[in-house]
Amino acid sequence: MAIASRGFAVIAVSAGALRENSGRFVLAVLGVAFGVALGVSVHLVNASALNEFKLAIQSLSGAADLVIRVPRAGFDESVYPQIARLPQVEAASPAIEGEAQIAGRTDTLTIIGLDPFRASQVQPEFFAATENPVTDLFDPDALLLSHSAAAWLGLKTGDTLRINVGTSGIDLKVAGLLSPGAYRQRIAVMDIASAQWRLQRLGRINRLDLRLRPGTDVESFRRQLAAFLPAGAEAVTPGAEAERGASLSRSYRLNLDMLALVALFTGAFLVFSTQVLSVLRRRSQFALLRVLGMTRPALTRTLVAEGALIGILGSTLGVAFGCALAALVLGHFGADLGAGYFQGVSPELHLAPAALAVFWLLGTAFSTVGAALPAIEAGRRAPALAIRAGDEEEGLKKPGTTWTGAGLIVSGLALTPAPPIDGLPVLGYAAIALILLGTILLMPWLATVFLQRLPAWRFPPAMLAVAQLQATPRQVAISIDAIVTSFSLMVAMLIMVGSFRQSLDAWLVQMLPADLYVRAARVGETGFFTAEQQVVIAATPGVERAQFVRSQRLLLAPGQPAITLLARSIDAATANRILPLVGSSSIPQAGAPPPAWISEATADLFQLGVGDEVRLPIGARPTSFTVAGVWRDYARQTGAIVIDRELYMRITGDRLANEAALWLVAGSAFEQVEQALRERLGAAADFEITTTREIRLRSLTVFDRTFAVTYGLEVIAVLIGLFGVSVSFSAQVLARRREFGVLRHLGMMRREIGAMLGCEGIVVSALGVGFGLGLGWLISLILVHVINRQSFHWSVDMHVPWLVLAALAAAIVAAASITAVVSGRRAMSNNVVSAVREDW
Amino acid sequence: MRNSTSTLSIRLLNKTYGGPRSRLMLQDINFEVAPGEYVAVMGESGVGKSTLLNLIAGLDLPDSGSITFEGAELATLDDNARTLVRRDRMGFVFQAFHLLPHLTVMRNIMVPLALIGIEPDESSRMADEMLEAVGIAALAAAYPRELSGGEMQRVAIARALVHRPRLVLADEPTGNLDTDTARQVLRVLGEQIKRNAGAGILVTHSAAAAATTDRVYVLTADGLQLRTER
Repeated sequence: MAIASRGFAVIAVSAGALRENSGRFVLAVLGVAFGVALGVSVHLVNASALNEFKLAIQSLSGAADLVIRVPRAGFDESVYPQIARLPQVEAASPAIEGEAQIAGRTDTLTIIGLDPFRASQVQPEFFAATENPVTDLFDPDALLLSHSAAAWLGLKTGDTLRINVGTSGIDLKVAGLLSPGAYRQRIAVMDIASAQWRLQRLGRINRLDLRLRPGTDVESFRRQLAAFLPAGAEAVTPGAEAERGASLSRSYRLNLDMLALVALFTGAFLVFSTQVLSVLRRRSQFALLRVLGMTRPALTRTLVAEGALIGILGSTLGVAFGCALAALVLGHFGADLGAGYFQGVSPELHLAPAALAVFWLLGTAFSTVGAALPAIEAGRRAPALAIRAGDEEEGLKKPGTTWTGAGLIVSGLALTPAPPIDGLPVLGYAAIALILLGTILLMPWLATVFLQRLPAWRFPPAMLAVAQLQATPRQVAISIDAIVTSFSLMVAMLIMVGSFRQSLDAWLVQMLPADLYVRAARVGETGFFTAEQQVVIAATPGVERAQFVRSQRLLLAPGQPAITLLARSIDAATANRILPLVGSSSIPQAGAPPPAWISEATADLFQLGVGDEVRLPIGARPTSFTVAGVWRDYARQTGAIVIDRELYMRITGDRLANEAALWLVAGSAFEQVEQALRERLGAAADFEITTTREIRLRSLTVFDRTFAVTYGLEVIAVLIGLFGVSVSFSAQVLARRREFGVLRHLGMMRREIGAMLGCEGIVVSALGVGFGLGLGWLISLILVHVINRQSFHWSVDMHVPWLVLAALAAAIVAAASITAVVSGRRAMSNNVVSAVREDW
Repeated sequence: MRNSTSTLSIRLLNKTYGGPRSRLMLQDINFEVAPGEYVAVMGESGVGKSTLLNLIAGLDLPDSGSITFEGAELATLDDNARTLVRRDRMGFVFQAFHLLPHLTVMRNIMVPLALIGIEPDESSRMADEMLEAVGIAALAAAYPRELSGGEMQRVAIARALVHRPRLVLADEPTGNLDTDTARQVLRVLGEQIKRNAGAGILVTHSAAAAATTDRVYVLTADGLQLRTER
């Protein structure tokens, strides 16, 4: 009976509070829901894309135990029978695979050339799933399209697909479609002989899928196989290949996950501030309940349960909303969140119950913990003290957070020099989390220090506002924290992205010194200029000087993604004028291997530095080079190496070029040179000519698109932060209704009370914005010098976008002040005068 | 008959609260307070004493009748103008003190002076003087939570009188105090109202408290009647 009565009292307390504060309760639930929804949707989109990506790679490998792969250039097909005859190999399927640019479009399509009979031994589902007879493939112009490729290209059986090879377009006939569901990615399949001929790779293959005899130890055979493989080739399991493909986007995905967690954390902080203020406001009620016999643990449990309820409702709503959002994003925008990692993948929503449960638990746990802290304090407070007016601030004085906060900040700073873990900046993120949490805990002290230094105002509303704030620094700190949490991260992202954009722009200027760039294919691997075409280009009227670049993908080490080799005219003496070198550089001594310049990513991934020797698998056997310098490369995340093209041609005999940089004769018009080039290379030639300005603009557009999702997530975090300000102010305003009633009795006008609240809003938000700017700058240093560097291996020069930050800060101050005034108006719309008749 | 020299003149005042439980609170109230007069209004709970004070203070508007304060008809003024009247020329003392909890005693007392634009130095001097007058000069730097009930009510009296209002409205100022403290507070309140040459209205249940005033009215459902006059 007694238990039932106590239970009733507990429920009555919470139900009454929730009913009375329904607006703030709803905001808190929405705050958590938004945070969880963002986390869930970002995670689901990434996970769905990744899942599809891995499935795609695995489906292409079929039942293969090992995949031998070299980058685009491939190896001589004579290697295939040698390997196929090894006793451990049961079946081998050679393939030539490449990204072909679709004529008239800037997209590429993966074309795989297979021997249908060999392939059917390794990938039995492949031809079993094919709707058309395999013999259709023997037509040299025929290809089979996957359903997603056909839908994407708008083609059906019998239609023609035109792709660019070299600088010419070739027409291929769609002989049929692969079975729906078998290959969901966008691919086309041709007969291997047709593909070698049409893609001008006669005698070359760049993939060999092996099925091994039962009982063969895959790993030991993989090691034995290394002796048979040509330079630059490696054998990997399909699983490892899928992982390597996925690892390219891993840092980007982690970055987005972290941002989503920030939104979740901001939502949880909203619950914390709601509960702190709600508990403070109800201190006298709790004291009364304690006097009437409610035990301390029962009171604490009640308040924790309130936070848990907010968490459960918010998390449930957030998971549902996040799933819907992810489905919407995948349906309308695909899996590519702007960074271009998952182009060509058409995933379906892949619901992962474990991940959903984790986000649900995180949302609920954050909210419960957020409510537990004030609940424990409320339970501890002696009823006789809590029942008195003005005890709220005393209640907040107790938790000594200053030293803990300072300790966390110092710990965070100490983590910043730590190296990445498994290639990911885990400790960098931990440093940010510690510094953020430390600042939140340090805020009561910071607020006290700053508020005490505020000047005395003569304008009565300002005077009262300042007095109110000075007397309640710990309550003010909660509102400031709501702003700092979200705003600092926004500032950090703005500085990081601004710095990156500025550095990218400067990099583009240095990397694009010519007037015009001519590319055999804007995208893909099938375009090139022959030696004859290069002569024609260089001799085009209006062209003063031409420089050609040959690029190809190379595998430097097993388990690492391929790097890009750039062969261009360069020498050690003038390298610093051609490449954006960072740090020291050197000229190789006489007798040392020739110079190569590696990108920062290559330096990081392969642990190379100036003076080191690097062996490149070009030519008949690997050739050694001396690292003469490290350069900044924002274009190739997996690394790049520049060597002199003359040397490259001597070693490889490859005289093709993918790109030409043209310096025009003074006074020559771009249009005339373009027309002359088209006439001289032939009307059928398909190549791209762009000005430096166009490339620059295009690059910056891609950059902005990549960070659009990031900005979106940050804006939502800031909105949740403003929710926090609104909750905090409306709770305080409601708690101060009697104060307003007294002020009205004393002759203060409504607008003056509004002005007073506005002043409080300005001071609180200005402090929040000020601390947010400082903290954001600190976090941006970690983002730029630790997270970004460890994630993408790019160094960036710091650039603070002052104007944008000032505009954003002003907008936040204005929004927070308006929120404060609106909250006050709403509170004053009730009869505040009658509030003075209530006891304090 | 309206006395042109009255601080406050109320004629045929009526007030009904609407809503589902509509209730006639005040009916045909006539009432007059001259400068220097200190009067008490007694009555049972719920009879409308606080409603009468709210109407006099311009915090609420009557359904009919007039309230003239120092020659101005309050019902004709808008909310801001009534607020200015209250700010400049009225003072309040509440049963529950209602000091602003986050301000020191000194700053609580300076609030009305700040609102009427008195310079901080002058304001500080006037507040000091008032603290001295109500006998709590030593508590200037204290916060309300550190004070006893009697001390808080003295601060409230100082705040109500510091700007020398023409009319002080006291709503059960001794309701939360023990007998001895209540007596002291009433003495201080009466002295200060007289000293300022203003008028005062004391709403109370207590006959002892009412006895400290010049005249005692009783408010009933039938209206306001004079009970005693000294």
